[in-house]
Amino acid sequence: MPAVIEVHNLHKSYGDTVAVDDVSLTVQEGEIFGILGPNGAGKTTTVECVEGLRRPDRGEISVLGLDPQRDRAELTQQLGVQLQDGELPGRLKVGEALTLYSSFYRTPADPRALMEMLGLADKSSTRCGKLSGGQRQRLSIALALIGNPRVAVLDELTTGLDPQARRDTWQLIEDVRARGVTILLVTHFMEEAERLCDRIALIDMGRTVVVDTPAGLTERVQTEQRIRFRPSAPFDDRLLTGLPEVTGVVHRGDVVVVTGNDNALNAVTSVLARNNIVARQLRVEQAGLEDAFVALTGRRPESERHASQSRPGRN
Amino acid sequence: MSVTTTTAAPSATAPRSALMRLVATELKLFVRERIGPIWGVGFPLLLLVIFGGIHSFRKPQKDFGGATTLEIYVPVLIAFSIAMLALSALPMVLAGYREKGVLRRLRTTPMGPVRLLAAQLAVNAAVTALSVIAILVVARVAYGVAPPKQPAGFVIAALLAAAALMAVGLFVAATAASGRAAQAIGTILFFPMMFFAGLWVPIAQMPPLLRHISHGTPLGPAVQALQRAAEGHWPHPQQLLIMAAYAVVFGLAAAKLFRWE
Repeated sequence: MPAVIEVHNLHKSYGDTVAVDDVSLTVQEGEIFGILGPNGAGKTTTVECVEGLRRPDRGEISVLGLDPQRDRAELTQQLGVQLQDGELPGRLKVGEALTLYSSFYRTPADPRALMEMLGLADKSSTRCGKLSGGQRQRLSIALALIGNPRVAVLDELTTGLDPQARRDTWQLIEDVRARGVTILLVTHFMEEAERLCDRIALIDMGRTVVVDTPAGLTERVQTEQRIRFRPSAPFDDRLLTGLPEVTGVVHRGDVVVVTGNDNALNAVTSVLARNNIVARQLRVEQAGLEDAFVALTGRRPESERHASQSRPGRN
Repeated sequence: MSVTTTTAAPSATAPRSALMRLVATELKLFVRERIGPIWGVGFPLLLLVIFGGIHSFRKPQKDFGGATTLEIYVPVLIAFSIAMLALSALPMVLAGYREKGVLRRLRTTPMGPVRLLAAQLAVNAAVTALSVIAILVVARVAYGVAPPKQPAGFVIAALLAAAALMAVGLFVAATAASGRAAQAIGTILFFPMMFFAGLWVPIAQMPPLLRHISHGTPLGPAVQALQRAAEGHWPHPQQLLIMAAYAVVFGLAAAKLFRWE
């Protein structure tokens, strides 16, 4: 599949502050590509350079074969942008906004169909200033799609949304991709990246740490498996501690927690089976994207609660 | 939303119809905002009706060289309208657009923010023109104030006054941090300017010092130029030059300082 966005060695500073040090990534047609990283990692600056809103100090960017600076006019026709904080005039009605913005484009989407798809059909004559956070976000997506773009950039789309609205928005993004739009998604939520993205660029302190699939990222971190179960009968711990795959056995009430390497599950279950012990409520906990993030950047990712607290009013 | 293959296309500027739609939308928002229609158009007309209702205001005054007080006030009310629209409505909207990211969003579309600025100025200019005409018509029809005897001079004076005030308004929009701040600054500028335009004391009756200051403000020369044209004379070149200077200096400064974000 051809690349629709190519970024090579992007560098951008504001005065003495290096916002983006060295970022490279390639987005393939039809994928949902995530840019994941903590606040201040340089995610937004990176996409602003892709959108042509900022001029890079160094590096090359190509979007659909266009130079975001030189070919601004053509790029705006083909690239839909959802901004982190781009409001509309409060007294403008939703339907008016979409009709107005659709007139800017050569081959616009039908505002009505878009409102239908985004659940805004009954909000057509509501003023933008009166929309809820979730509705505003959906209007923002609608505006990113109104030009019938081939690529859409969605920046911190679900920040400030309640969990239900966030899940609805994720479904929407999957619907949009199903229509063939390539999506560049900026986020600092692990769950969001894991759920939506085909591939992820992990960015930290202005640099691309790694680009991989969510599963690939997780595999990169060598972590222990944790196996929990409720044994049907008491047994001697030495049955398990003697296994080379197992590193520890702990009892928590009547629950046994066994830690070990990737093959521990197999070893543990066969030993238990040989001793006629049934492992009830067996559960295996594996490393997630969050563990990968910590392992690869050496830092904890932003927790959701922290994130929404640190951004008051951003909804 | 089909993913049609977008073939090589001609230049990607927004079509003319889009620009017209943008102007129409800005006009709609201007009306919904209410500040412009009420204070920029309605209030000067209300003052005109109040002044026109005062019997003594319709009598020729020796102090004004035989003109009535109402005739002296018509140019002042025109200045009021121009200033209110350019200093209060315009900066509030534009600085608010920047603050809220409306301009930033437009930068990501084929329309671009420059055209929004142009649409705003067009709406402001059109409403100003309408308001000036309304004041002249009401003054003529209801209170028998003669229309300007030097129409060309009157139009030039009004255009320069609007240009000077809009330049100051754009400068405020360029430097204010938010829509609210811009409106506050605009209002603070409005009152002294209107004072020196003769809203409370006609310029002709001001003490010499105040009259000199008035000559250097944007609205002092505006009112005097409109007054002269109403009486049938060409505006004094110095009056036109001062307004033009305000338009150029503040216009250039605004263009240099204006940020989209």
